[in-house]
Amino acid sequence: MFRFVAVRLVQGLLVLLAIYAVTFFLVAATPGSPFSTERAIRPEILAQIEAFYGYDKPVGERFVTSVSNALRGEFGPSAVYANRSVTDIIAESFPVSLKLGSLALGLALFLGIPVGIIAAVRQNSWLDYVPMSVSMAGICLPTFVMGPLLALVFGLIFELLPVAGWFGPEYVILPALTLGLYYAAYFARLTRGGMLEMLNQDWVRTARAKGVSESTIVWKHCLKGGLIPAITFLGPALAGIISGSFVVETIFQIPGLGQWFVKGALNRDDFLILGLTVLFAALIVVMNLLVDIVQVALNPRLKYE
Amino acid sequence: MNEQHAAVTSNLSRARHPILRAFAILSLITSAGLLAACGSGERFTDEAARDGILLFGNGSEPKGLDPHLVTGVPENKIISALLEGLIAYHPTDDLQPEPGMAESWESNDDFSQWTFHLRDARWSNGDPVRASDFVYSWERMLTPELGAEYAEMLYILKGGEAFHQGRTDDFSTVGVKALDDRTLQVTLEGPAPYFLNMLKHYSWFPVNPRVVEAHGGMADRQSGWSTLENYVGNGPFVLDDWVTNQIIKVRKSPTYWDRDTVKLNGVNFYPVENVTTEETMFRGGRLHLTNTVTPDKIPVFLEKMPGEMMIEPYMGSYFYRINVTRKPFDDVRVRKALAYSIDKKLLVDKVTKGGQIPATGFVPPGLKGYETSDAAEFQPELARRLLAEAGYPGGRGFPDVEILINTNEAHRKIAEAMQAMWRTELGVEIGIYNQEWKVYLDSQSSLDYDLVRAGWIADYAYPSTFLDIFTTGNGNNDTGWSNPRYDALIARARTAATEEQRMAILQQAEAVLMEDMPIIPIYWYTRTYLKSPLIEGWHPKVLDNHPLKYVSLKAPPMPDAPPPAE
Repeated sequence: MFRFVAVRLVQGLLVLLAIYAVTFFLVAATPGSPFSTERAIRPEILAQIEAFYGYDKPVGERFVTSVSNALRGEFGPSAVYANRSVTDIIAESFPVSLKLGSLALGLALFLGIPVGIIAAVRQNSWLDYVPMSVSMAGICLPTFVMGPLLALVFGLIFELLPVAGWFGPEYVILPALTLGLYYAAYFARLTRGGMLEMLNQDWVRTARAKGVSESTIVWKHCLKGGLIPAITFLGPALAGIISGSFVVETIFQIPGLGQWFVKGALNRDDFLILGLTVLFAALIVVMNLLVDIVQVALNPRLKYE
Repeated sequence: MNEQHAAVTSNLSRARHPILRAFAILSLITSAGLLAACGSGERFTDEAARDGILLFGNGSEPKGLDPHLVTGVPENKIISALLEGLIAYHPTDDLQPEPGMAESWESNDDFSQWTFHLRDARWSNGDPVRASDFVYSWERMLTPELGAEYAEMLYILKGGEAFHQGRTDDFSTVGVKALDDRTLQVTLEGPAPYFLNMLKHYSWFPVNPRVVEAHGGMADRQSGWSTLENYVGNGPFVLDDWVTNQIIKVRKSPTYWDRDTVKLNGVNFYPVENVTTEETMFRGGRLHLTNTVTPDKIPVFLEKMPGEMMIEPYMGSYFYRINVTRKPFDDVRVRKALAYSIDKKLLVDKVTKGGQIPATGFVPPGLKGYETSDAAEFQPELARRLLAEAGYPGGRGFPDVEILINTNEAHRKIAEAMQAMWRTELGVEIGIYNQEWKVYLDSQSSLDYDLVRAGWIADYAYPSTFLDIFTTGNGNNDTGWSNPRYDALIARARTAATEEQRMAILQQAEAVLMEDMPIIPIYWYTRTYLKSPLIEGWHPKVLDNHPLKYVSLKAPPMPDAPPPAE
């Protein structure tokens, strides 16, 4: 187990380094710079600004400095937003995204898994057709449609909930629903698939023939194995929810990481782009590792090695 | 317990299956949350109006609040609440000077030397505002190491350019001097009767020297003086809270010299970039003002809420730059043909829909003493003739060229309309391609384009803010065009003896620009936004500078107040 985790961590670090290098050189090769503006800056002013941020040095030298800073956890100042370091930005906005992501994931699991189980147990009944049709619609309905729709209904028509901001508990409901419902649909379908696979096994038929009760079959024998596809999806889902909530954060004006990622890319704020890319990559690496561990714990046929 | 709660609880007790029970609990929590969120039922905007807090949609997150380091409009709106220059914004007329830190002023006969008499004013930390604070601030702006992007604005000061470009490091050679604590003398490179208008721009605003020195010094780009904890201003409001991407709160300053005039207790600036979200917030009673409106919705709002949909003139030009270094645009007849074949009225009526004015020249109307050019009117017959003379009769043989736009639906729609008009009127086929903002800027400045969409908003109300950009070598020219006659006229305007002569020379310069047509004027801007009827003291302004100290909010009736007696 220890060896497995250690090996995966080293692999993860190498992946992070590779992602950092690719991102750095891709950003460096993109036309434009963080300092280009609609109103031209005089060349002598531009030179001063570039020197301040180290852009007067060759790309290779900048990369070495950047990596050594990143290894110490320093990603430098934002090249666009005055008085803000990338670390400050992450420290300020990550908890917001984490809170929104966790709530959305909680909602997705709480809704998606039971719906998937019921649909599998009651296969080919209305308890299967209705939730699965709804979940298919949920998957097809992107968050940029669902978000404004919820805002319109609960914010504008009924005036029940605020449609933008992050000021109190009531501000969390609509964005968490928008994000959570989308993933709930995925979890429902994955759980249904997993459970059906288990319920159609020969030994389940044998157990039924021997008179084992249906609830024992479902809860005691099939649930663990039936949840494996959903659990496999849990890691990417959490990383995706936290890192992929750009649209939801923009629609509901939430001061999380997603907004910064969009701003970083549009402003060509190189330091910010690098810092956020590494953070998201690290999240995905760690989540996948955790999922692997849980999978092995649930399915002894898989070995750590 | 209300009926809804009773029903949910009853369902819960009947739910024996653990999953169903979990569902029932979830529904209970959700309903409780929704009911709790309902609150008193009073709209946020009404509640805020009663508290004297203006809820202001400000577009995007400010890149900073240091007036010497920022360049944007969202920053300007907040900085103008926190700081005040020598001359302030007039509440109704952008062309009028309003006393700010300067109580009075006078100039010599040719407007090249100005003396400002400062009032007894204080910074928010209690320091007196001194004439030397302005000297320090302008020295900071012109210090090359700071890298202030708007430093060029101060080149009008005698010796300002030489100091900024490092030809001297002696700031006493620059034309600004504190004669005593309350008197500031300014000497300019030449006559500038419009200098007072320039002073309204935030690049001329003062910063508190003691505070700046305490947090990194004059030339530090990452100076901590302008953060939430350290900000010291001299304006009508003080910085109270700043949560990134969320809110900036300013509250009435207790130390401001004219605090009795300030009616608002505060302003909450919301950096809402998404136009749909902003509009939903306004309609849901969460904003008193939006930053903008989606063009497609303007006709709907005009019909449904005419008292709230604002369309006001704005001193800016929307135009296309032409790369005159490329064929076929090196031929002035082709450039003119493209410019004359655009039916701008149709374009603003059917595409932009925001009441924009079809542009017949480059400098927008509304500048005192300046006659608007009519050189770029819609003349399709002449356009076809010119194109034929250039060797492309009916568009035959016209090479493949493209319009470059930055990624934005509004720009695409305009480009498509232009494309269609050129196809119809001239028979030429012109493509469209878009690039992300920074890439687009790079392509434009390196002349890597055929035609590119552009916009220019006045920094101050005077024709030179528009015309100066097309002089040879100007970093904003970006067309490859150069005309010595134009450069000479712009230079001559700077030293004209009288205001009438200066305006006449500038008009001649614009005529030269329109004769060579390195640009295609399309429309003059308007500001379109939604405004609550609760707002008072907010007037249309061509530079969109609304001094918040004159703005107030009408208190709405209390939600549970009895109806008025008949």
